Amino acid sequence: MIRVALLVAGKDLRIERRSRVLLWQVLPFGVTALVLCGLALGPLHAGNSSAAPGLFYLVMLLVALLMINRAQVIEGSPGTKASVATLGLDPAGVFLGKALALAVELWLTGVVVLAGSVLFLHTALSGTLSAVPSVIVTLAALAAAGTLYGALSGGGQGPATLLPMLSLPAFAPLLIAGERSFSDALHGGSLWRWWVISLVALAAYLAIGILLYGVLEES
Amino acid sequence: MIKTLSQRLLGPVTLVLLVLTFWLGLWVTPPDKIQGNLARMLYVHPAIAWVALYVSFGTAAIASALYLWQRTRSVVMDRVAYCAMEVSTVFIILTLITGSIWGRPTWGVWWAWDARLTSTAILGLFELAYLALRRANDDPELRARRCAVFAIIAAINVPIIHFSVDWWNTLHQGATVFTENGNLLVHGIMLWTLFISLFAFTLLFFWLLRARYRVEVLRAARYDVALDEALAQRRREGVR
Repeated sequence: MIRVALLVAGKDLRIERRSRVLLWQVLPFGVTALVLCGLALGPLHAGNSSAAPGLFYLVMLLVALLMINRAQVIEGSPGTKASVATLGLDPAGVFLGKALALAVELWLTGVVVLAGSVLFLHTALSGTLSAVPSVIVTLAALAAAGTLYGALSGGGQGPATLLPMLSLPAFAPLLIAGERSFSDALHGGSLWRWWVISLVALAAYLAIGILLYGVLEES
Repeated sequence: MIKTLSQRLLGPVTLVLLVLTFWLGLWVTPPDKIQGNLARMLYVHPAIAWVALYVSFGTAAIASALYLWQRTRSVVMDRVAYCAMEVSTVFIILTLITGSIWGRPTWGVWWAWDARLTSTAILGLFELAYLALRRANDDPELRARRCAVFAIIAAINVPIIHFSVDWWNTLHQGATVFTENGNLLVHGIMLWTLFISLFAFTLLFFWLLRARYRVEVLRAARYDVALDEALAQRRREGVR
């Protein structure tokens, strides 16, 4: 399963590296969305770091939706599913691989958006750095949930509009937990309390994905 | 024969119990010492929430799990899950509305960002998403499989809603009828009215589920007839 996961993750990341979509489209979109959030708040409040954690996760949520849709487009290209079925790859491994690739892409985007929040939203560098572990876990949970919901929404009518409808209720608890743990990191609160929720969500989505991804991919 | 009789009785018995609940709740039971007449919401809101979260959503989740299990996979399970989810959506909207009506005079706001309220609203969004997913797929088997998986994922939210008042500091009250030790907090006619309302709304769910299931079966039959007619027409065109 792990071998398949690494193979699939490598394949997805190679596609991203060659297409440069992450670099030239997703990252600029993330920074633009962050700047727009700052503009929407206005100059008086944009520099107030209490809004930064929420805005960070809002931007990451939008980025995640873009990335999940893109992953589904890659997977939906003619012959891809048939080749996966012919090769007899373990669906659990495929799920883990796709989730891992998405997580790596979200982590990379997260680094840029975090830097943007330090620059534009004036979050304290030390607090931002101490929030990094919780950000890693929350984004990994977003990736696991997103991979699952991407598979659920793919192939039907209007998958691009169906995906936010399906995934946003599931992303909401992650958004809350991520925002609270980031705020706690910035303001010296207890880091563990909300981080545990993200960890439990990550474990739950990985378990569900490993168990049920095969059912979704059945022809 | 017995089955037919019980099916026939379900509607009238539900109606009688609902009327009894409203009569007891509005005229017979006394006002609460602290909350006054506002406490009468206790005979409606918890019963609706009970049906929304545990009875109807539970039915949908169990039917979905049974659909995914190879031994019990059947179109009946898929239809039960769908119909129960649709009824649950109505009940969860009613839960939020009745909760808001109670919250406005008690907390001073129609909506509070409270853990119980927020997690219940998230479950409502999950249910709306389920209905959207249902309509997005034309292939019946694919639709059934995807919806079953989605219902099981959404079910994670139910224990979160249930324990939210214990895990977080919430405006929403904790256990109202029983203490942690199992002792009763509500007594006499108020307790009886509460239990009758729980029973009445549970029966209402089963009555609605049965009616909705019949509609779904008829709809599927109509689809089959339309498909047969279309195939027959194509064959006639081929002969010409």
